[in-house]
Amino acid sequence: MAAQVFAYILHKDGKADDSAIELVSAAKQLMPDAAPVAIVTGSGAGLDAVCAEAAGSYPQVWKFAHDALAYPNAELIRPLLQKVLPKGAVLLLPHTTFGMDLGPGLSVKLDATYLPDVVGIDGLEGATLKVVRQEFNGQASTHLQGDISGGAVISVRSGCFPPEESRSAGGQVVDKSAEVGELTARRRFVEVLQAEVGDVDITKEDVLVSVGRGFGDKENLPVAEELAQAMGAVVSCSRPIVDAKWLEKARQVGTSGKTVKPKVYLALGISGSFQHMGGLKGNPFIVAVNKNSKAPIFQVANVGVVADVLEFVPSLTEKINESK
Amino acid sequence: MEILVCVKRVPDSAENEIEVKADGSDIKREDLVYSVNEWDNYAVEEAIQIVDRVGGSVTVASIGNPDAEEVVRREMAMGAANGLLLTDPAFEGSDGRGIAAVLAAAVRKGKYDLVLTGAQADDGAAQVGGMVAALLDWPYASLVNKIEVQDGGMLRVGREIEGGNQELSDIQTPCVLSIQTGINEPRYVGIRGIRKVASVEIPVLKAADLGLNAADVGRAGARVKRADYFVPPAGAGAEILQGSTDEITAKLVDLLKAKGGIK
Repeated sequence: MAAQVFAYILHKDGKADDSAIELVSAAKQLMPDAAPVAIVTGSGAGLDAVCAEAAGSYPQVWKFAHDALAYPNAELIRPLLQKVLPKGAVLLLPHTTFGMDLGPGLSVKLDATYLPDVVGIDGLEGATLKVVRQEFNGQASTHLQGDISGGAVISVRSGCFPPEESRSAGGQVVDKSAEVGELTARRRFVEVLQAEVGDVDITKEDVLVSVGRGFGDKENLPVAEELAQAMGAVVSCSRPIVDAKWLEKARQVGTSGKTVKPKVYLALGISGSFQHMGGLKGNPFIVAVNKNSKAPIFQVANVGVVADVLEFVPSLTEKINESK
Repeated sequence: MEILVCVKRVPDSAENEIEVKADGSDIKREDLVYSVNEWDNYAVEEAIQIVDRVGGSVTVASIGNPDAEEVVRREMAMGAANGLLLTDPAFEGSDGRGIAAVLAAAVRKGKYDLVLTGAQADDGAAQVGGMVAALLDWPYASLVNKIEVQDGGMLRVGREIEGGNQELSDIQTPCVLSIQTGINEPRYVGIRGIRKVASVEIPVLKAADLGLNAADVGRAGARVKRADYFVPPAGAGAEILQGSTDEITAKLVDLLKAKGGIK
């Protein structure tokens, strides 16, 4: 099958997102002889820099410049892609907040098959594409078979398709701005409000004691605070803790929170969703305590303890205090 | 404002250890604790709060076997006036697009200004809301963590984007929004609340009632099929510490000291 493969390039401040080079790897895994086309939309001076950067990894880059595309509003980009993509195209997207906004509706509008949050590509047999996904918050994996004879929109999880070292595609940039035409949407972008700043900056801490749902109740937070105090560490947390308003947003580790790079990370009662792990960089030493032995955190931790955090953590605090 | 909220009954992944059956055909479901999908619960709460402010009514809809009724009732007990069950053997095996087609058909049967879904459910696909919007040709916003009703049928919505930043947009109703957790604090529903709605009749709609062809939904219409469930080959993984609590904590203290984790 000779579908043309495209990749949507996210970018900001004149630089392509890391996903741009991961989507090349995903395209190669999909079809080894694919010559993927990068799609770059935007406006202003930075756009050409992004196109040039993309041309390092993609044999061809389609540039769509228009004032209305200055901010990536999926409600504008969806009809644009519907107009410019050839029938039967396979489009790769990053599974980010933008990809989630754009992809599902685009697949319907293109009458193409949608494969979301793909973590692996097993291969193409005829028109059937076999991919790997995760369900139940990472506790089980599944193979999906998608019929892509009418095209596909595939969103790809960050970090699952390592980029190739060489970036010398020497791609050609094709200015397709004239095809943009009139763009209207019933959703108008207003502004981005920056996340609140808290009283601690967890991004600068070497040792984090991170609290998850396993603590059960806000009243149990002192269990973690006492451990952090014994270690000389700072308390951070996973998303459910912020949703439940136990701790402020500034303490949340994850793609929708802070990106941290500690030396040591204690994940206490945290299952380890990919959104959480996406905020943990710099290859820290990870200790996981969780009563669920199937929790995905044990796949990525260096050391694990299968136990209820409320029973185990006070013992650890006591042992640390004794050792001083 | 007339609001439809789509909810799903799912295994509660915070309460369950999910295990895959030996033949890979499914997960082991016998002893699982089921509840309403967490994101959907925030969506119902948000719908009720909007109606409290500007008037209208909330309808909670779910696709599924009769077990889904328990979840619809629980959500109605939060303060939704109406329930709707979309039940037909023809819906089984639907892919995301099939589920969206059933929901879109249910939306067309009513007169809704706003459709809410959870941002994602147990399969983590985050796909149904955007597909429903596209099928209806309504505008869409995903991962919504703020809704303000404005004049002229407009909503000011916030989307949670990377880094916890909030992207504000104005969106025209009718529209579909997928709701992110943390947008509100869902109210507690007690046994008494559920009893109050125990006798409210919940209409059941089948494929034919929705004007759907059995060939377009369910397994027959699915272009995406699940081949199997599996447990990925264990990577390096964590070294699981064994022994008594005393032995484990002693080992951990040594490790933490060696790694600079104890100052």
